[in-house]
Parts: sequence; structure tokens; C-alpha cells
Amino acid sequence: MQLQTMAAQKLSPAAPPADAAIAIDDVTLRFVTPDGHMMTAIRDFTMTVARGEFACVVGPTGCGKSTTLNLVTGLLRPTTGNVRVMGNPVTDISRDIGFVFQVDALFPWRSVIDNVAAGPLYRGTPKAEAYDKARDWIARVGLARFEKHYPHQLSGGMRKRVALAQTFINQPKILLMDEPFSALDMQTRTAMQDELLGLWSELKSSVVFVTHDLEEAVALADKVYVLTAGPGTVKSVYRIDLPRPRVMADIRYDPKFIEIAKVIWNDLREEVQLGQSRGLQTGH
Amino acid sequence: MTAISPAADKAATRETSIAIAEARARARLRRRHALVIGLRLAILVIFLGLWELGADYNIIDPFFFASPSGIFEQIWSWITEGTSQGPLWLQIYVTLEETFLGFVIGALGGIAAGIILGRNRLLADVFSIYIKIANSVPRVVLGSVFIIALGLGMASKVALAVVMVFFVVFANAFQGVREADRAMIANAQILGASPFQITRTVIIPSAMSWILASLHVSFGFALVGAVVGEFLGAKQGMGLLISTAQGAFNANGVFAAMIILAVMALVVEFIITRFENYVVKWRPAPFNEQGA
Ligand SMILES: Nc1ncnc2c1ncn2[C@@H]1O[C@H](COP(=O)(O)OP(=O)(O)OP(=O)(O)O)[C@@H](O)[C@H]1O
Ligand SMILES: [Mg+2]
Repeated sequence: MQLQTMAAQKLSPAAPPADAAIAIDDVTLRFVTPDGHMMTAIRDFTMTVARGEFACVVGPTGCGKSTTLNLVTGLLRPTTGNVRVMGNPVTDISRDIGFVFQVDALFPWRSVIDNVAAGPLYRGTPKAEAYDKARDWIARVGLARFEKHYPHQLSGGMRKRVALAQTFINQPKILLMDEPFSALDMQTRTAMQDELLGLWSELKSSVVFVTHDLEEAVALADKVYVLTAGPGTVKSVYRIDLPRPRVMADIRYDPKFIEIAKVIWNDLREEVQLGQSRGLQTGH
Repeated sequence: MTAISPAADKAATRETSIAIAEARARARLRRRHALVIGLRLAILVIFLGLWELGADYNIIDPFFFASPSGIFEQIWSWITEGTSQGPLWLQIYVTLEETFLGFVIGALGGIAAGIILGRNRLLADVFSIYIKIANSVPRVVLGSVFIIALGLGMASKVALAVVMVFFVVFANAFQGVREADRAMIANAQILGASPFQITRTVIIPSAMSWILASLHVSFGFALVGAVVGEFLGAKQGMGLLISTAQGAFNANGVFAAMIILAVMALVVEFIITRFENYVVKWRPAPFNEQGA
């Protein structure tokens, strides 16, 4: 890699420090497939996210990005290796974590406000306070007029915004996001990205943001992880030193941004092609 | 670059033509609705008319197959003079009471068992075989067992209605729990829900449409259970009325009781549908009803 200039700095993977917000240390995870075989989803995977850091993960489809996030939540356990969150091994589902799912995970029988208030109510906040908070967050994602609507009465983008409010209302110290904006149109997405960065700098949470979109990753992140085609492992890590605060609508025209995106794309491209040819072979 | 906007008067004419088209579509729908109702009534009238005529001319023997006028007279005499076992409303009340008790107990039991087994894989694996066996026993036969064990009173009929209802509701509740969306459960877990909160706020609501579907069918089953129980041995109830009529070769009486039972079932079915619409108001309307 000759282009270790300026902003995109390739890092060498190292064992994670003890105080990191998220430390995935040499983890391998295998699934038992329905026909009884073992399928390696990720292997020898090492990743560190410092407190307050914004990390993005890019990689071809099916390489294990969602699996990685599920390891951090504790919904999945590693086959070998270990995962620590805030210095502690993951044993249970931590209250510090917020998760915006790739698929629609709102509760269809609850109105928008009941959906957003769910987190505080589950955690024992008094009803009045939970609903006050929920109203506040619904306004912040621009849905104040839709409090009483049910999810099926909203557009896809609006549902995603409800999901964001539902997650942010718990003020998670660790924020995991699985392609949260991939279903949104360009304008809404840019607005949501700005909103996300604002919230992030306010909550000072540590973020892992999974995306298919390399430009989105570069625009948002302090650090970009490029994964190999499945079974996924870290191919390379880049530190993105673009100045903050960043404005999403403008950053994509920044020459430095374009240069970084090009460098990482060269790295990512082979994996994507590999993933695609494999997908075609196996008839996916 | 110039922005182009459609002319305003064009928009106005478009609006009126849309309004006309809408009015036409509505009129067409109304005409169709009237046609359907008219045809239904016509079929009923023709059917009853042919039956009555057939009975009058002895093509259909009214002794075996009754006749509409005979059935009507029977119902009328039950209403005005009462049945041989006492007033008609008492018979209806007794049967309805047995049916409701059996329905409620069976449904609650089925829902509880479905949720517990649906949430616990080990219990499900252990008990599934016994439930399959119990389910394959022809349950109506149990009626005789219940009459022997619980006597001629209400308990034996309620017990039969319970077993008729339980398995249907159980199977649906179990399936509904199993089909609860995994992402939704994970979402609730991460938002901070305890296992009990997950059951209450995610599992039960998502199994609700399955459960409600089974309630529709199982009310009919509860009614069958109660009536068959009365048929096998009772002191009161619509089932006894049928069996008395049968013993007296009174075909009109059998049909009359059947019609009363059908009306009871339809009324309850209507109430359950109302309840269902109230409970699952979050559900999107099917596409053809949207905007209507
Ligand atoms: N529960 C499971 N059982 C078996 N295999 C699984 C399971 N979950 C995921 N996998 C497999 O693990 C691999 C990684 O899946 P994962 O969902 O992490 O991919 P991804 O990188 O998030 O893909 P995408 O970008 O399309 O969302 C896939 O090949 C998938 O088939
Ligand atoms: Mg994924």
C-alpha cells in the first residue's frame, strides 16, 4: 500500500487494549447449518473500538457483518476467542447497548409513541416520564405528527426513523447499527447521517456502523474495517482523519474524501468480486 | 433551467373528471351489492318453496324430512307454549352456559399451554408426543366417559366442550408463539425487556392473530361438545330437545332445534369478529379495502 498519505492511514491489527469499549479478540464463529454441517461465518476476527470512537464495517454481502454485531450484543456466542464490552466479557445482554436492526424490528401492534417508549418502559421508567421522553425523541426524528400512527401506516424511511428514536431514547453507550440507512432515499439519508453524527457527539457513545456503502463509511467513520468475502475476517483497517464536525451534503465533494474512498475501494473491490462470483457459483 | 408547472385550469378539470369517475365506481359497487343480496334471497326463497311444495305433494315425505311450514310451526309453538322440558329460552340458556364455560376454560387452557410449550423447547419436545396422541383420540367418545364420571349435570357437558376447544386453540397458540419474529424478540431484549416482558409484549401480541383465528372455529366445537353431551344424557338443553324429538320421530323438531343452534352460533361468531377487529386494530387492511 503505497498511498499511506494524509488522511487514510492503514493500521496494523493489534491485540485490543483492556479498556476499549468493544474488543473482539481472535474470534471464530461457526453455525450449524440445517443439514447438520458446520459453516464458518467469521474466523480469526479481531476488532477494537475505543470509547467514543465511530467505527464502520464494510464488506461483501454474506461476509459476516451482522454476525459480528450479534457477537457484541451477546445474542450470539463465539465458538472460539472472546468478546469484551467496556472491559467485561459478554455474558448477558448489556444495558449499555443499542441496536438498530437491518430488518424492520418495530412492534406492529404498537403506535409510534408506544414503540419509542418501549425501552424506558421495559427498564422501569415511570410511564409519564417515558412518554415525555418518547415525545421528545419522536420530534427529534421529525415525526411529531405521527405519534399515534401504527408502523404499517408509515413509509419505509419513517419506520427507520422510529427505529432510531427507539434506540437512541435509551442513550446507549454502545451503538450498533446494521445498515440502518440503506433503505432510505438520498436526501433523507444525508439528513439522518447528520443527525446521527450530532447525536453521537452528544452522547459520546462508541459506534459500530455496518454498511454496504463505502462512501457512507468514509464520511461517517474514524475507522473503517474492510472484511474479506466469507468466512469474514478483517482484511484491513483504515483510520480516517477527515476533520470534524463533518457535513454530509458537502463531504462527498471534498478531494481528500474522494482520495480516501478510492484507496479503500481498491482494497474492497477484489472481495466484492470474489463474493459475487462465489454467490453465482452456489446459486444464491 | 426553467421549472415547468402544469396549468391550473387543467388541474381543475382533472379534479372534476376524477370525481365523476369515483361516483360512477361507487354506483357500480352499490348495484353489485344489491344484486348479490337479491340473488341470495332468491335462492333461499326457491329452496324453501320447492321443499314446501315437495312436501305438500308428498314428493318429499314430510314425516322424515319435515317441511318449512312444519319447522316454523314447531319453533313457534316452542316459543309460545314451551317445550316438553320447559320453556325454550331455558334450553337455550343451559346450552349456551355450558358452551361458554367450556369455550372459556378450553381457550384459556389452550392459550396458556401453547405459550408455555412454545416458549420452552424442552417441554415442547417432551410433551409433543402426548399431545399428538391425545389429539388423535376421537374426542366425542370422551363424552360417554364424562357422563359416567361426572353425571348428567352441567359438568360433563362443560368437560366435553373443554376438550373440543383446548386442542384447537393450543395448536394455534403454539404455532403463533413459534412464528414470532426473531428480530422483534431480539429488539425487545436489547431494549431491556425481561423474559416475562417479552412474553407479554411481543410473544402474545404476535401470536394473537393465530389465537383469534382458532377462537372462530373453536366456538363451533364448544357448541358441538355441549350439544353432543346433552344428547348422550341430560335433563335440560338443546341437545336433549333434539334427542327427544328424534325419539318421537318428530323431524320438524330436529330441524327446528338445529336452526336455533345455527342462529346461536352465528350471533356468537359475529361477536367474536367484532372483538377481533377491536383487538387487532393495528393490522393493515387488505389492499382492496384500503381507502374505502
Ligand atoms: N442463524 C444462522 N444459521 C446458519 N448460518 C447463518 C446464520 N446466520 C447467518 N448465517 C450465515 O453466516 C454468514 C454471514 O451472515 P451475516 O448475516 O453476518 O452476513 P452480512 O455480512 O450481514 O450480510 P449482508 O451484508 O447481506 O447483511 C452468511 O453466509 C449466512 O448464511
Ligand atoms: Mg447483514
